[in-house]
Amino acid sequence: MGNNEEVKLLGVWASPFSRRIEMALKLKGVSYEYLEEDLEKKSSLLLALSPIHKKIPILVHNGKTIIESHVILEYIDETWKHNPILPQDPYERSVARVFAKLVDEQIVNVGFVSLTKTEKGREGLIQQTRELIKCLEKELAGKDYFGGKTVGFLDFVAGSMIPFCLERAWEGMGVEMITEKEFPEYNKWVKKLKEVEIMVDCIPPREEHIKHMNHMGEKIRSA
Amino acid sequence: MANEVILLDFWPSMFGMRTRIALREKGVEFEYREEDLRNKSPLLLQMNPVHKKIPVLIHNGKSVNESIIQVQYIDEVWSHKNPLLPSDPYLKAQARFWADFIDKKMYDAQRKVWATKGEEQEAGKKEFIEILKTLETELGDKPYFAGDDFGYVDIALIGYYTWFPAYEKYGNFSIESECPKLIAWAKKCLERETVAKSLPDPEKVIGFVSELRKRFGLE
Repeated sequence: MGNNEEVKLLGVWASPFSRRIEMALKLKGVSYEYLEEDLEKKSSLLLALSPIHKKIPILVHNGKTIIESHVILEYIDETWKHNPILPQDPYERSVARVFAKLVDEQIVNVGFVSLTKTEKGREGLIQQTRELIKCLEKELAGKDYFGGKTVGFLDFVAGSMIPFCLERAWEGMGVEMITEKEFPEYNKWVKKLKEVEIMVDCIPPREEHIKHMNHMGEKIRSA
Repeated sequence: MANEVILLDFWPSMFGMRTRIALREKGVEFEYREEDLRNKSPLLLQMNPVHKKIPVLIHNGKSVNESIIQVQYIDEVWSHKNPLLPSDPYLKAQARFWADFIDKKMYDAQRKVWATKGEEQEAGKKEFIEILKTLETELGDKPYFAGDDFGYVDIALIGYYTWFPAYEKYGNFSIESECPKLIAWAKKCLERETVAKSLPDPEKVIGFVSELRKRFGLE
């Protein structure tokens, strides 16, 4: 960590993918310049930095470009070594990585993309999503956070995506996905997250976000 | 403490091949167990209850799932020999990015090449070649994706090479004419014993794909 570090983050206010990077940078105490992107009108900087993928988040560190949120999180952890984000033990790390994939690939696809598209078969998709969240529920047993006593990689990935993004979408859809009764550990974890300054500082404002997620849902439906 | 390593796998799986290669690169003794995917073993169902998929790496009784995560795990546990990822965080990030790219794009695209027909197949072929060309550009003139050393991205991709003759046969096209540098890279990888031992005979893969196509009513 030095005073000559130049860190930029290109993101979108509503995107859990860039929000989780902000959480990580805050945990490490790294100063950065945040650049808000409009995905309907991508900046020339974004297109120059990521010509093939054209997506956010993009981290630029001393002129080096890193893309893909999981890749960025691991990069941040390896570059600024204090306040570790990933567990130290290789097995624990593999578990965190597997769950991160589960969240971003399966839970998002079944619980949002598919759910948004189908009118029929909704109950089935809701059940499938709950089954996946049950895996997270099990993982949280006996812990304050996924990271143990402090927040880490999976708290940032799952936190940015589920309670502070997908749950807002489900609320907008009128779906009660993760009840306190069926998912006590998960709900306890969310309450604890709301007490963590890094998390609270880095999540999108609720009402605007719900509107945004409804809008995204409409876009998917009409695609 | 003795290291007990078991790999639950399926011989044509381009994902299982990654883990086989990584274990061999590190000189790790492991027990290979062939799974019948239509009759999955109780151990597989117990060790990967969520997805019930291979490969499953079981190390001293604990399971690690997802091939690309297994390769990282193997690299971190047996860190004293043959590093599979660069040590520099930025180069490591690039390797992770490309392995993730391969993971996200290759499977669905290649599947369309042999498991569909007509317009869907043509679109699949086009997409598949574009992905290979992107990878070929990334490879450039380097011997391996990371430069001089065989590693993570090579491991993520090389298994697909054994399926190339099947794609060419059922897609009716030549991959070498589109991506000669990538073919040269693959042949170089195959000169490594760890890779040669871990990959099946492409003729066997063609036979396997033919069976699947019959099952799907494509022939």
